[in-house]
Amino acid sequence: MNITHPESLIFWSIIVFIILFVLLRKYAWKPILGAVTSREESINKALASAEDARKELQNLQADNEKLLQEARAERDTMIKEAREIKDKMISEAKEEAQAQADKVIKQAQQTIESEKQAAVAELKNQVASLSVEIAEKVVKSELSSKDKQLKLVDDMLNEVTLN
Amino acid sequence: MIAQKSVERFFLLVLFVISLGLNAQEHEDAHSEEATEEAFNPTELINHHVSDSHEFHIADWNGHAISMPLPVILWTENGLVTFMSSEFHHDETGEVIVEKNGQKFARVHDEIYYADGGLNFDEAHHVTNSRPLNFSITKNVFTLMITALLMLLIFIPVANSYKKNQKAPKGIAGFMEPLIVFVRDDIARPNIGEKKYKKYMPYLLTVFFLIWIGNLFGLIPFFPFQGTLTNDILFTGVLATFTFLLTIFSGNKAYWGHIFATPGVPKWLLPIMIPVEVLGMFTKPFALMIRLFANITAGHIIILSLMSLIFIFESAAVSPISIGFSLFMYGLELLVAALQAYVFTLLSALFIGQAVEDHH
Repeated sequence: MNITHPESLIFWSIIVFIILFVLLRKYAWKPILGAVTSREESINKALASAEDARKELQNLQADNEKLLQEARAERDTMIKEAREIKDKMISEAKEEAQAQADKVIKQAQQTIESEKQAAVAELKNQVASLSVEIAEKVVKSELSSKDKQLKLVDDMLNEVTLN
Repeated sequence: MIAQKSVERFFLLVLFVISLGLNAQEHEDAHSEEATEEAFNPTELINHHVSDSHEFHIADWNGHAISMPLPVILWTENGLVTFMSSEFHHDETGEVIVEKNGQKFARVHDEIYYADGGLNFDEAHHVTNSRPLNFSITKNVFTLMITALLMLLIFIPVANSYKKNQKAPKGIAGFMEPLIVFVRDDIARPNIGEKKYKKYMPYLLTVFFLIWIGNLFGLIPFFPFQGTLTNDILFTGVLATFTFLLTIFSGNKAYWGHIFATPGVPKWLLPIMIPVEVLGMFTKPFALMIRLFANITAGHIIILSLMSLIFIFESAAVSPISIGFSLFMYGLELLVAALQAYVFTLLSALFIGQAVEDHH
């Protein structure tokens, strides 16, 4: 091939290329690349946020599980405590009842004792008074004669010397 | 599958050789009868097809060329002269003289000369007249303009479609976006570097699509495509020059340091190294120019040669072979069209990358 009038093609190539370059850069490449880049960024962001959400959900689930476990443990301790309290209350009640019963029994015994003593004392008094009465009657009868009186005085005097 | 293909190829080859023999014989017989008719000259035809011209040749009809005239713009000694190339009446021998603004012009083999006192020829039949500066819209310039216009018509709507559609790209944008992303992610980013590639993206994209679409245009064998701007060495030269200028203007300290004081080279070697490195600066874009031009032109010449076989043998019997091989070449050219666009852009990116690279 022959190269003829090179200046025409070189001149127009430069002009057309520069115009094309300037127009495409402003109206095509920048908007396209910008859109592509921003879309890529938004996709990356969406993926990252999805990942975050997934992690958060996982955390939430773990939290829930933990909470549930805690609640379960708390329930268990509460039940246990309640049972303990119940047992304690029962045993305390039992003890108290026992004590009360003991006390009542003791009081009863004491009462019985005192009543008994009172009765015994009463009985003694009765017996004493009866004895005195009997003795009075006996003495009355014994000391009815002068001999008997003298004999008594002698006996008594003998006893005193003996002492 | 491969074996079958190679068998088919073998038969094609045999067929081709046989028809060569047959047609050569026919040609011998016919030659004496048609001696008066103008002999078919494939070299001239091919040269005509791959060369630039002032007209856009569309077809021949009854021996008359049908072509679209293009404006001739001449910067003469007396100022600007413009007229349509049809005023030469397809004359390429200097017989038709066009008179404008008191000046006479004649066209010989696509070159327009001053013809005020008639044309003078030397012994080798070259015109010795002086010629005005020629800024005509030639076939290749016209093709370039159409290509550029088409690119604007493709990519500006693509860019606008992103304003309306924030989601996945649709239609032509869906086709173009992977290519744009390919240029960005496989050409610019790895070669220029993550930090600096953005600045050069518009240039690389423009060059990539201009070459690719320009190459594809040349493969469409009818008006108004037909012309291939990349088979003009001047056009590839202009592109290579842009890459060269971009490279040297974005060259950093390390780049120039590498050329004028190559690190690790003894001082006494520098007188040899500096010319070599400076030469290297120019050979890179020069290789770009030649590679693109030669690849595309070679493909066209092969296709035209295959088609010329029919006329050389003056027999339609060759046409299955010509058409078969041309079809194969067309397939190959489709690949080459994209490949050369890729290679040119890749190497441009590589050279720019070398110029802006940070040395440690």
